[in-house]
Amino acid sequence: MQAIVNVILKDGVLDPQGRAISHSLNDLGFNEVSDVRVGKQILLEIDENDPARLRQRVARMCETLLANTVIEDYSIVVANEK
Amino acid sequence: MTLSALRVAIIVFPGSNCDRDMMVAIEQLTSRRPALVWHKEASLDAADLVIIPGGFSFGDYLRCGALAGRSPIMNAVLDHAARGGAVMGICNGFQVLTETGMVPGVLIRNAELKFACRNVGLQVCETLASPFTSELATNKNLILPIAHNEGNYFAEPDELDQLEGEGQVAFRYTDSSAIGPPNPNGAARDIAGVISSNGRVIGMMPHPERAMSDLHGGNDGAYFLLKSLEALVS
Repeated sequence: MQAIVNVILKDGVLDPQGRAISHSLNDLGFNEVSDVRVGKQILLEIDENDPARLRQRVARMCETLLANTVIEDYSIVVANEK
Repeated sequence: MTLSALRVAIIVFPGSNCDRDMMVAIEQLTSRRPALVWHKEASLDAADLVIIPGGFSFGDYLRCGALAGRSPIMNAVLDHAARGGAVMGICNGFQVLTETGMVPGVLIRNAELKFACRNVGLQVCETLASPFTSELATNKNLILPIAHNEGNYFAEPDELDQLEGEGQVAFRYTDSSAIGPPNPNGAARDIAGVISSNGRVIGMMPHPERAMSDLHGGNDGAYFLLKSLEALVS
């Protein structure tokens, strides 16, 4: 099965990259943009058929390596989950 | 114990690039060559000081220090620290230490999105008992070089209050003769280095091993390292 992990900086943590992108968008005339946050998406192919167990394992992966929970939040999407 | 009896181990990851400089710096001060320990090793010979050097371990993939922080050798380093062993993390080594939780906080992208590579002024702060600061003159100013893209120290405000209250801030960026604004990266409360709650682990962004002689443009790195080593042998 495939799991998708989205990692994004927590609210309140300065995102200099997002701020720079926001400024560029404004310069390009996209004045409606007031804030940009940049995260990352991690796609995992995993030998596991049970969505609940998969989700539990991926959460462990996030806590131990994929996210730094001091500054980042993560969310997990399990493809084809019913 | 004399300085030449001090056993120093330097951990080497793929992408470490200050390991050899640190080896030369320590040998200059102690006359004893430190051991270079490859990250795949699962155990560590008895050491009086373990150093996590600067560099770009694992190409900074995922997050700076994240993959190095989970390397096999780090279990042995964590055990060493849990026994009260001394650990020093410089630059990328500081990032590795925050990733393992051995020192608090996180180092995020420099506020100006620029790689900062220059000398900075540092103020030695009053701290809890620690071999890394006990022999330094409090409020003394040092000039040391930095070279990093992610040195912007971050922790929640209440955690910063606690670090300051407990004396865990070792160095702050300060106004000096170094060219450029005092705080080079947007670090919270100008923090350039922190120590663990037991004082035995230090993480710092500046590179003492790059300020070992007049030919380097300064000796303040040698001063800091020598005082730390002397405190460890006393």
